[in-house]
Amino acid sequence: MRRWMMVAALLPMLGGTAFAQDTVKIGYIDPLSGGGASVGEVGLKTFQFLAEELNAKGGILGKKVEIVPFDNKTNPQESLIQAQKAIDAGVRYITQGNGSSVAGALTDFITKYNDRNPGKEVLYFNYAAVDPVLTNAKCSFWHFRWDANSDIKMEALTNYMKSVPSIKKIYLINQDYSFGESVRSAAKTMLKAKRPDIQVVGDELHPLLKITDFAPYIAKIKASDADTVITGNWGQDFALLLKAAADAGLKVNWYTYYAGGTGGPTAIKQANLNHQVFQIAEGIPNLGHPPADAFEKALRAKYDFSLFYPRAVNEMRMFAAAADKAKSLDPVKVAAALEGMEFEVYSGGKGMMRKDDHQFFQPMYIASFGERTEKEPFDEEKTGWGWRLAAKIDTDQTVLPTTCKMERPN
Amino acid sequence: MLELVVISTLNGILFGMLLFLMASGLTVIFSMLGVLNFAHASFYMLGAFFGFQISRWVGFWPALFIAPLLAGALGAAVERFGLRRVHRNGHVAELLFTFGLAFAIEEVVQMIWGKSPVDFRIPPSLDFPAFRIFSTNYPAYKMFMLLVSIAIFVGLLIVLKKSRVGLIVQAALTHPHMVAHLGHNVERVFMLVFGVGTALAAVAGVIAGPALVTQSNMAALLGPILFVVVVVGGLGSLPGAFVASLLIGLVQTFAVSMNGSLAGAFGPLSPDYAQSWLSDIWGVTVAQIAPIMPYVLLVLILIFRPMGLLGTRET
Amino acid sequence: MTELASRVAPPYPPLSERIKFYGLWAGAVLLLLVLPRLFSSGSALTTFSLIGISIIFSLSYNILLGQTGLLSFGHAVYYGLGGFLAIHAINMIGANKLPIPLPFVPLIGGMTGLFFAVLLGWVSTQRSGTAFAMISLGVAELIASSALILRTFFGGEAGISANRTKLIRLFDWNFGPQIQIYYLVAAWTLIAIVAMYALTRTPFGRMCNAVRDNPERVQFVGYDPHVIRYLAFCFAGFFAGIAGALAAINFEIANAAYLGAAQSGTVLFSTYIGGVGYFIGPIVGAIFVTVLSLSLSDLTSVWQLYFGLFFIAVVTFAPGGITGLLMMHRPLIKGGALGTVLPYYLISLVPTLAMIAGLVLGIETLVHHTVNPGEDPNIRAFGINFNVSSPLTWLAALVLIVGGFFVARKTWIRLAQAWDEALTAAREKGHST
Repeated sequence: MRRWMMVAALLPMLGGTAFAQDTVKIGYIDPLSGGGASVGEVGLKTFQFLAEELNAKGGILGKKVEIVPFDNKTNPQESLIQAQKAIDAGVRYITQGNGSSVAGALTDFITKYNDRNPGKEVLYFNYAAVDPVLTNAKCSFWHFRWDANSDIKMEALTNYMKSVPSIKKIYLINQDYSFGESVRSAAKTMLKAKRPDIQVVGDELHPLLKITDFAPYIAKIKASDADTVITGNWGQDFALLLKAAADAGLKVNWYTYYAGGTGGPTAIKQANLNHQVFQIAEGIPNLGHPPADAFEKALRAKYDFSLFYPRAVNEMRMFAAAADKAKSLDPVKVAAALEGMEFEVYSGGKGMMRKDDHQFFQPMYIASFGERTEKEPFDEEKTGWGWRLAAKIDTDQTVLPTTCKMERPN
Repeated sequence: MLELVVISTLNGILFGMLLFLMASGLTVIFSMLGVLNFAHASFYMLGAFFGFQISRWVGFWPALFIAPLLAGALGAAVERFGLRRVHRNGHVAELLFTFGLAFAIEEVVQMIWGKSPVDFRIPPSLDFPAFRIFSTNYPAYKMFMLLVSIAIFVGLLIVLKKSRVGLIVQAALTHPHMVAHLGHNVERVFMLVFGVGTALAAVAGVIAGPALVTQSNMAALLGPILFVVVVVGGLGSLPGAFVASLLIGLVQTFAVSMNGSLAGAFGPLSPDYAQSWLSDIWGVTVAQIAPIMPYVLLVLILIFRPMGLLGTRET
Repeated sequence: MTELASRVAPPYPPLSERIKFYGLWAGAVLLLLVLPRLFSSGSALTTFSLIGISIIFSLSYNILLGQTGLLSFGHAVYYGLGGFLAIHAINMIGANKLPIPLPFVPLIGGMTGLFFAVLLGWVSTQRSGTAFAMISLGVAELIASSALILRTFFGGEAGISANRTKLIRLFDWNFGPQIQIYYLVAAWTLIAIVAMYALTRTPFGRMCNAVRDNPERVQFVGYDPHVIRYLAFCFAGFFAGIAGALAAINFEIANAAYLGAAQSGTVLFSTYIGGVGYFIGPIVGAIFVTVLSLSLSDLTSVWQLYFGLFFIAVVTFAPGGITGLLMMHRPLIKGGALGTVLPYYLISLVPTLAMIAGLVLGIETLVHHTVNPGEDPNIRAFGINFNVSSPLTWLAALVLIVGGFFVARKTWIRLAQAWDEALTAAREKGHST
């Protein structure tokens, strides 16, 4: 099926033009080959599952929803080529998530494209790129973000941590690129403001995906006598960090952004860190919210992964609601309808798409990973362990000001 | 301070030995056949996945022997049916052949084992802390890794320098025609060397797989670090590779433990330069650039001592 | 390669040759002008622009690999730095309202590439062979790593973006639409091709070849091979910088991916696949690899496997690249013996294609079972529908591969014989006239 669509997407590349549409095409631009493919493929299947859900209810404004995949190989330049291809294939809505470098390039491209091609506007739905700059200095009218940006996550996380008295000494270890940098600086300023008594005993940046042995870093953490580590690490950098910690017998609590990412649960189980690893996210499987549980069950019955992107559910459902509200599939009208829209989110509770910067705000959840009780029916990656709720942070506790000066089309 | 020095030294040696374990096969192939095997990391990955699969069926210890044999056989086949043909077209062609091979192997591994990490665990018989220094545990598995590295080093040295096979191999490299006239099958010698090299890569894979992350992009993530080991050590020198691995391991580990930066040494820059590229350089800590140290070493060595640390001939 | 090197100082060509020569260039210009009329969609124009950039980049790489015999793993460094400087230049020119229009920005990129090549080249080119390759690898790794550390200049992970329409206009073009960028790239491609072609015809170009083939001999005649390698390196850096700047203009963004190992690998692939022995080789390779990399991932999810296998096949069976393969036929065409070989080609084509089809069928079927189990078994790959769950598909794949292989081997042997005979015939004819 996928290949079919790809062939269809390729044909107009050499000559054709857009054609009359009886479907709503959403261009999914993410890595489908190479190192990032494990994440990109999960995202693609999640979106396809969501499209089927919408189609079962009659689609959007009576039109069938279709996810058209484009492989960007996690390369920003390649993403722009794929975006151009998508637009040629009649796509007016693009969704992407992996990599802030790609996201930055895409917003830029789409903003310029819309500026230079009035009447053919394209919207960009961002479901996972968390660089705060995308809804601050580099914000764009055509970009909407459903994932909480890294500052918002840190705001929520520190709002929780300030109520945990056992936290005394914190160590920060992050990957040396823009995301790691923003995690680290947000953590430092927010902790200072909320809990001045907490000491930041270490602040480490290490090169992205280049470390095979984290033992020296663990030695430093150990020497610093920290009781808590905050890390934005993901992928191999996360797994190896935890394994090295377990090897050296380091006993700390881990506050993370991406412990739930592909391979994360496996690594936690291997390192045997029972309920010592926490994650901040907009949803987890074991919340006990019945509609979410039903969705999770249906997804797991079809695929061999769990729902990693509750925000993707919010994105697709909200898109449908906005189109209904605007009574049109014209991107400009849909964008106007999305601005300031309030929405009942997937995990329960109210969410809001802020008009000032197109950032979505929603309740956030802090959960730890480990052995399950009967209250936690879902496990992860066949490890037998699962997520347990530690705290819920309400929407108003996650709101941060923005520096965005939105330029709206006339 | 003493604690950090002792622990960094230990960590450095352990990391260096892991590097040597991974690079030993590359050294063998590179120094003997002159082939820059870009697919070396792919064979390392194949070793890890073979090891994972076989240990599921029959346990870790048999896998430690069967997986390298399989990978070695595969490597020998690659030499016999691929590289040998390409050899005529020169070294660049050989290198590009292994380049293409690396692409293909990665995709095949993805097809068979998927793109997510597999759950390859340390065998229970080695899953305990071996000893404790300054409240830091050192797992038995790391000691095992160290032992295997040293065993491979000593074993290779003895085979190459003392045994009859080793002498024939060495002779075949410099005087292939002479050796052929003496009745030895030179082509088979080359095939054997390539097979042994890939088998060593696979040994590293089986052992490093559980300790690191066994995933289809592990070959790509390893990057060119192994070439640094081989070149810094000196082409054709096994002891050189050994020393280079240790050196790189120690340099990198000690660099990580240092927090110094130019700003720390000379005081902060005046605020006029706060947003310039100078402030970036000024604020970078030694720990931050630790992992690119090996490449600095590589460039310096090639400029000032092109034969490498213990090498005998120029590259 | 040797054939090219052995030809020295050709006599002044006759008129017909010169007409052919200039006609070729005129034809190229015409083609570049007409192309956007034939294919006018946005992605077609983007593809053409990328091909142009890739041609400049690959040709610059071939100054090193093909002409001077230097294998570099870090040529993208000069491409990337050229791109970054171009982006900074666009921003600066736009902000200060300097009177420099966009078409001159690639020169800035070129000068940047040249500057860094001058800076890094002297130590890099001290030796050729493996030492050079490894230094280039180390330098590339260092620069790519620092790109993530020096955030102010390189913009960190997100990179630096610019708006190319903010510069002063030339002929009332604002360079917003892709078609204008296409013409800009096309013009620069043409200039760069002419310049690099001219370079190969100079005494310096000849000395490069000499350094590649026999550096000791070069020393005997009084040249320092190191200096010649260094000069070649600088020229290569200059043109790579131009290519990088054009890429930056095309994407309006520069980021660390420009400098990375993947970019260095791609240019090596393009150049080698096209053929390093001929000037036109990298051009062919750039076109081929760009189109392949843009379209293959649309056709199949395991494009890397096909790419790897294809590359192995080129290295094994056609070490001269695509151009080398085509040029092999020149003596036959000249001798008028091509006709005797053609039928054998057609005959061996059938089983070879059958084998390839079987391979593709097998791979796609396998992929479906391992990657997308439980989905609709009726799939479509390369535009053909088939059912992967049917044993017939497996059987067909097996028969095609095995049968194709054996028959193909027989026919290729026959072809080689026919080829040899034809070549001898052509040579004899050539001698007798």
